[in-house]
Amino acid sequence: MSAPKYLVDARDVSKRFSQEPDLAQKVAGLLGARTKRIVVHALDHVSLGIAEGEVVGLVGESGSGKSTLGRIIAGIWEPSEGEIHFAGRPRNELNDTQRRAADLAVQMVFQDPMSSLNPRMHVAEIIGEAPEYHGIVKASETAAYVADIMQKVGLDPSFAERYPHQFSGGQRARIGIARALAVKPRVIVADEAIAALDVSIQAQVINLFMKLRADLGLAYLFISHDLGVVRHLADRVAILYLGRIVESAPADELFNTPNHPYTVALLANMPKVETGKHAFAPLEGEIPSPINPPSGCHFHPRCAHAMPRCAEVAPKLREVAPGRLSACHLNDGA
Amino acid sequence: MTATLEVAGLSTHFFTRAGVVKAVDGVSFSVQRGQVLGLVGESGSGKTVTGLSIMGLVDRPGRIVSGSIKLAGQELVGLSEKGWRTIRGRKIAMIFQDPMMTLNPVLRIDTQMIETVLAHADVSKDSARERCRQALSRVGIPSPDERLTAYPHQFSGGMRQRVAIAIALLHDPELIIADEPTTALDVTIQAQIIAQVQKLAAETGTAIVWVTHDLAVVSGLSDRLAVMYAGRIIEEGPTAEVLTQPHHPYTAGLLHSLPINNPRGQPLNQIPGSTPSLLRLPPGCPFGPRCTRKQHDCTQAMPPETQGANGVRLRCYHPVAREGAMA
Repeated sequence: MSAPKYLVDARDVSKRFSQEPDLAQKVAGLLGARTKRIVVHALDHVSLGIAEGEVVGLVGESGSGKSTLGRIIAGIWEPSEGEIHFAGRPRNELNDTQRRAADLAVQMVFQDPMSSLNPRMHVAEIIGEAPEYHGIVKASETAAYVADIMQKVGLDPSFAERYPHQFSGGQRARIGIARALAVKPRVIVADEAIAALDVSIQAQVINLFMKLRADLGLAYLFISHDLGVVRHLADRVAILYLGRIVESAPADELFNTPNHPYTVALLANMPKVETGKHAFAPLEGEIPSPINPPSGCHFHPRCAHAMPRCAEVAPKLREVAPGRLSACHLNDGA
Repeated sequence: MTATLEVAGLSTHFFTRAGVVKAVDGVSFSVQRGQVLGLVGESGSGKTVTGLSIMGLVDRPGRIVSGSIKLAGQELVGLSEKGWRTIRGRKIAMIFQDPMMTLNPVLRIDTQMIETVLAHADVSKDSARERCRQALSRVGIPSPDERLTAYPHQFSGGMRQRVAIAIALLHDPELIIADEPTTALDVTIQAQIIAQVQKLAAETGTAIVWVTHDLAVVSGLSDRLAVMYAGRIIEEGPTAEVLTQPHHPYTAGLLHSLPINNPRGQPLNQIPGSTPSLLRLPPGCPFGPRCTRKQHDCTQAMPPETQGANGVRLRCYHPVAREGAMA
């Protein structure tokens, strides 16, 4: 059997969140009233794979579903439709032992270390708990293992007995990364992992991510709204808009010759240091609500190139050049 | 011509049980009519406290210990609460990072906007309402009549920030302090807000102090840039000058660490270490322990402010030379 193309692979994944009816709505329903349940289509038939050692950047604005996709790939949430494949096999068909190994292989790093680290555990416990529980290290060797990982992420092992609040923001980000590394993952899903950090600290943590990749051969799903950072780190980039991937391409090509009008607008709106004082020419309109997304192409109400067809038919995500996917009717004529 | 805002030697200290925190320590700058000053710094650099000091909003245990803040020639330090009420909201307005700091969640937009108008202007309720309607359409809110009767939670984040800006503009203030107003917004919405503020400042001649941690945002917006570190302005000058020829090692380090200034996929030129605690500042230059150009004199005393070429003010004994500043 040939090696699968992707290590983790989301295939045609959808995720819907619906509000459970409350008592009043249930009573109204019993009495025959027509109540409509509010359903949020967070993800709409999305496919995204991450190969061994690859860095995939996932970019989108709020409500685009980027965090939802990250959590589904990390195995925290189950998709409503579609499958996650791990090393080529559907994750749901794995037996318990295989499933556990697959889950441990994909770890998540969160944006806000203060709300993702238990304030009442000291660092040695935060980092050491999971590997000890999963039998990766013996209890007697946990301390040495934790010290080794702390060193890897640039933390002084003598701080192992301290609590999260005794660390600075950058150090807390390192603790979150150390906790993910402790179970020897092959993929790290980093959800806005550097967004809350100061500028001078961001560079340090980006460098840490790059060093860990080189040392350990890790793959990343790097979720961010910061295009500059994604451009620097990612091999491949996918752009999400209201639950659909509108474009995905190798990073260089996407940034140099964006295909989808939304990608073009995002790049144009990205603040850059080198441009100097200038008039901003923003993209008009709001990001629509995912409860009631626009028909056809979700982007058409804000798109400068919108045609009548864009409001009726959702464009398919298809290959426009080798390795490049885009979902736009403008590519149909070419 | 008198500057709209003239801050000289401003020091705001917080007297805590753990010691005196010199959040702002000897800060001077001025902003002309219609100009935008970008006040840039990391957390704890004193940029927000500077903004709050200008608004007269520093609470105990903090207080302004020395210095002067002049608005169009009028001294604001030591003003009575009664005096402040004629300034705050009318001559100086503030926009916060989180618009819910400005908006009351249980009041309709018209209730809170009309209240703001009537606080400073002797007009009828109807004309106050008309003024609110105009203010909303000025910041690009569609169908302002309907939106006036809505509650804040019915607006998106970007629209809420527009409402906050509309409230700030109600009395055509001479100065607006904007404290990270676009940080919580998405990229495309951020660009809309910046474009709006840029247009309004040009139209009304309002001076703006734009407080942010994001060099990229102010680079396209501001006329002058002031970089703060540990409570002091360490470099100040025309935006283009500061960004293309940074003299202070901290400014240069920040710019060099940006992904855009590094080859793709290569390690970034990071500044080592982290910002010092204001309770335990190192002796001499507070950036010294993280600085690659540090020499013996840096640990002796804080570098005095020097006037460099091209209108740049600097606090550094060993500035980055002009050549190779952006090598």
